[in-house]
Amino acid sequence: MKVKASTPLVRFFLTLDVDYNMPYDLITKLEGGIMMKGKLCVLFAGLLVLALILTACAPGKKEAAEEEAVEAVGRLQLVKERGMLIMGCNAELPGFGYINPAGDFEGFDIDFGKAIAAAVFGDATKIEYRPLTAAERLPALQTGEVDVLNRNTTWTLTRDSANELDWAAVTFYDGQGMMVRKDSGWKSLEDMAGATVSCTTGTTTEMNLADAFRSRGVEYTPLLFESTQDTNTAYEEGRADGETSDKSQLAALRSAMANPDEHVILDVTMSKEPLGPLTAHGDNQWNDVVRWVVWGIIQAEESGVSSKNVDEMLSSKDPTIQRLLGVSGEMGTSLGLSDDFMVNVLKAVGNYEEIYERWLGPEGINIPRGPNRLWNKGGLLYPMAFR
Amino acid sequence: MDLRPEVLKPPRVEVGLLGWLKKNLFSTWYNALLTIFSLAFIYIVLRVIITWVVHDARWEVVVINLKVFMIGRYPREEAWRVLAGLGIVVFLAALTWIFRGAKGSPVKRWLMIGWLLSFPLIGILLRGFSRENRFLPLVSENVWSGLLLTLVLAIVGIIASFPLGVLLALGRRSKLPAIKVICTAYIETIRGVPLISVLFMSQLMLPLFLPPGLRLGTVMRALTGMTLFSAAYAAENVRGGLAAVPIGQYEAARAVGLNKVLVMALIVLPQALRTVIPAIVGQFISLFKDTTLVVIVGLLDLLGIAKAVTGQREFIGLHQEVYCFIAVLFFICCYAMSYASRRLEKVLGVGER
Repeated sequence: MKVKASTPLVRFFLTLDVDYNMPYDLITKLEGGIMMKGKLCVLFAGLLVLALILTACAPGKKEAAEEEAVEAVGRLQLVKERGMLIMGCNAELPGFGYINPAGDFEGFDIDFGKAIAAAVFGDATKIEYRPLTAAERLPALQTGEVDVLNRNTTWTLTRDSANELDWAAVTFYDGQGMMVRKDSGWKSLEDMAGATVSCTTGTTTEMNLADAFRSRGVEYTPLLFESTQDTNTAYEEGRADGETSDKSQLAALRSAMANPDEHVILDVTMSKEPLGPLTAHGDNQWNDVVRWVVWGIIQAEESGVSSKNVDEMLSSKDPTIQRLLGVSGEMGTSLGLSDDFMVNVLKAVGNYEEIYERWLGPEGINIPRGPNRLWNKGGLLYPMAFR
Repeated sequence: MDLRPEVLKPPRVEVGLLGWLKKNLFSTWYNALLTIFSLAFIYIVLRVIITWVVHDARWEVVVINLKVFMIGRYPREEAWRVLAGLGIVVFLAALTWIFRGAKGSPVKRWLMIGWLLSFPLIGILLRGFSRENRFLPLVSENVWSGLLLTLVLAIVGIIASFPLGVLLALGRRSKLPAIKVICTAYIETIRGVPLISVLFMSQLMLPLFLPPGLRLGTVMRALTGMTLFSAAYAAENVRGGLAAVPIGQYEAARAVGLNKVLVMALIVLPQALRTVIPAIVGQFISLFKDTTLVVIVGLLDLLGIAKAVTGQREFIGLHQEVYCFIAVLFFICCYAMSYASRRLEKVLGVGER
C-alpha cells in the first residue's frame, strides 16, 4: 500500500526509516499526530520568539550602558540618569525598616533613603528598595546592585578595611543595653549586684555583658539561651531580673510585652554599635552627597529648622540656616545637587528629631535618645560645619 | 423432668453507636484504658489550641495585612491586574472542567492554545510595558511580592524545569558520549549542591556570566537558579520512568517501523511520564515550598512578607499568628497540587497498562 507523504514535515519523519508496509491507518494516524505536533511546534516557536523580544525589551541594554558609564561619571550621575535611587534596606526590623499594611516600606532607615532621593531629585518617591539579608548586603553594594546601603550596619574597622565600601555618616548610635523591671528601682549596673541576667549565647553580647560587670566589680548570674525569643521569654516570665541585647532590639521586645510600662531600659551602654549608610568604595562624590544629607538633617535639628517651619526659615537671618537652605552660598552645587536640596529633604522627611520621634520615639518603638542627642545636649550627634 | 428445649436468648448483636464503641474502643480493659488516656490527651491538646485560636490570638494582624500577604508591595492602584490574571486562569480552568469529557473536540485544542497563550499574556499584564504607558505602566519585578511572587516563582519554575528535565533525562540515556557526559555531569553537579548556594550563585554570580548587554532582575535571577536546580531532579525522576518501560515496547515500536524520534515521542515517553506522575508532583510540591528560600537572597515571597509584617510596631512579636496563617496558605496550595495529581493519575490510568 502506498503512503501519502503529504507534507514536508511528515516526509522528513517518515522517510528516514519507515517501513512502507506498515498499516495505512497507523500511518495516517501518525501523520495527523505529527501535523498537530507541527502546529504546536510553530506555536512554541512563536512563543519563544515573543519571550526573546520581551527579554530584549526589558531594561537590559540601557542599564548595562549606564553600568559602564559609572566608571567615568560616578554614581551620582548614574542615579540622576536612571531617575531612581536604589537603596538596600532591612525589611523586618521594627522601627528601622518594615512593610506597612499599605504595602510600603517605612521606618527610620527608610526615611534617610527618602531624604537622599529628595536631595537628588527633589522627589522622595523616586526610590526603589532592595530588601537585603545580613549575608547579602555587603556584596550587593560592592557589585553595584544598590547605590546606597542603609540597613543597620555597624561601622567596624574590619568591615571598613576588608570590603570595598565606605561609611558616609552615623545615623544611629546603638549599643548593648540592659532592660530591668521598673519596680526593682535599679538605675545602673552597679545597683544590680547578685542579679540574674538573661542573654543570647555565642554572641558578642555575652562577652560584653561579662566585661561590663567584671570591670565594675559586680557579681551577677548569666542565664544563657540560643535564641532571642527564649532569652526574652525567660526575662518576661521572671526567671531573670534583667535582659541584655542591643538597645533598639530591647525597645522592640519591650513594646511587644504585655505591660511595656513595667520595664525600663537602663541608661548604660555596654558596646559600640554605630549604624549608618554606606556607599561603594572609591566614589567620593557620591559618598559626600550621602553624608551631607545626613549631616544636613542633623544640622536642621540643631538650627531649629523642621518640616513645619522650613518655608518661614527661608527668610531667616542666621547665616548657617541660610547656607543650609541654599539661600546663600553654593553648598548644593558644590556637591553636584541643587542649592535648595535641604529644603526638599526637610519637606519630605523633616529634621533628625522629627524622624527619630516618628519611628523610635514614644509613639514609635520608644528608645530613649541617649547618645543620639545633639552634641550640645550631651549626645554624640555632631554635624560638620555647613559652610 | 422438664423436656422442653431450652429457649435460647437471641445472640447479643450490638448495633448502633454504643455497639461500635464497645467493639472498637472498649473491647478489653487495657483498650478501655488506652481510649480514656487518648481522649484525655486529645482534649488537653485541643483545648490549648482552640483557646489560643479563638481567644488569645490577635488575628487583626492578618486581617489588616491581608492585601500585603497576597500582593505585597504591588502598587495598590494596579492591583486589578493581578485580579485580571487570576480571572484568566479561573476562566480557563472552568472551561477545561466543563469540556473535560469532550474527547478530541476542537474546543480542547483551542483550550490548549488558550492555556499556552495565557502565560505570556499574564506575564505582560503583571509587568506592563514602560513607565509612561497609560494602560499598563511598568511594575518592576522588584516589587512583586507576597503570595503573588511565591506563585510566580513556583509556576514558572515548574513549567520551565519540566521540559528541561525531560531533555536532560533523554540526554543521560543517550548513546552519544559527549551528550551523555555533559548531561550526567550537570545533573550530578546540581544534585550535589544545596539550593541555597545555587540561589546565592544565581544572585551574585549569574550577572558575571551574562553578556554585557543583558541584565536580569532579581526575580529573574532567582527563577533561573530554581529552574536549573529543579530540572536536575526532574531529570532523575523521568529517567526512572524511562527505565521502567520494558525493552519490549522499544522493540515492538521499532518493529512496526517507527524511527527513534517517534519511538520516544509516541511510545516510550507517554508511558514513562505516566509512571512518574506521583514522583514529579511530589517534586513540584517541594519546589513550591522551596520558593521560601528566596528570602535569603532578599526577595519578599510569602515568608519574607510574613517577617516584614511582624516588624510593624502595632504587631511586634505576633509571629505565631502570622506563621500559622501562611502555614494554612501553604497547606491549601500543596494539598490542591497533590489532589490534582491524584485526579490526573486516575484519568491517565496509572498502574494499568
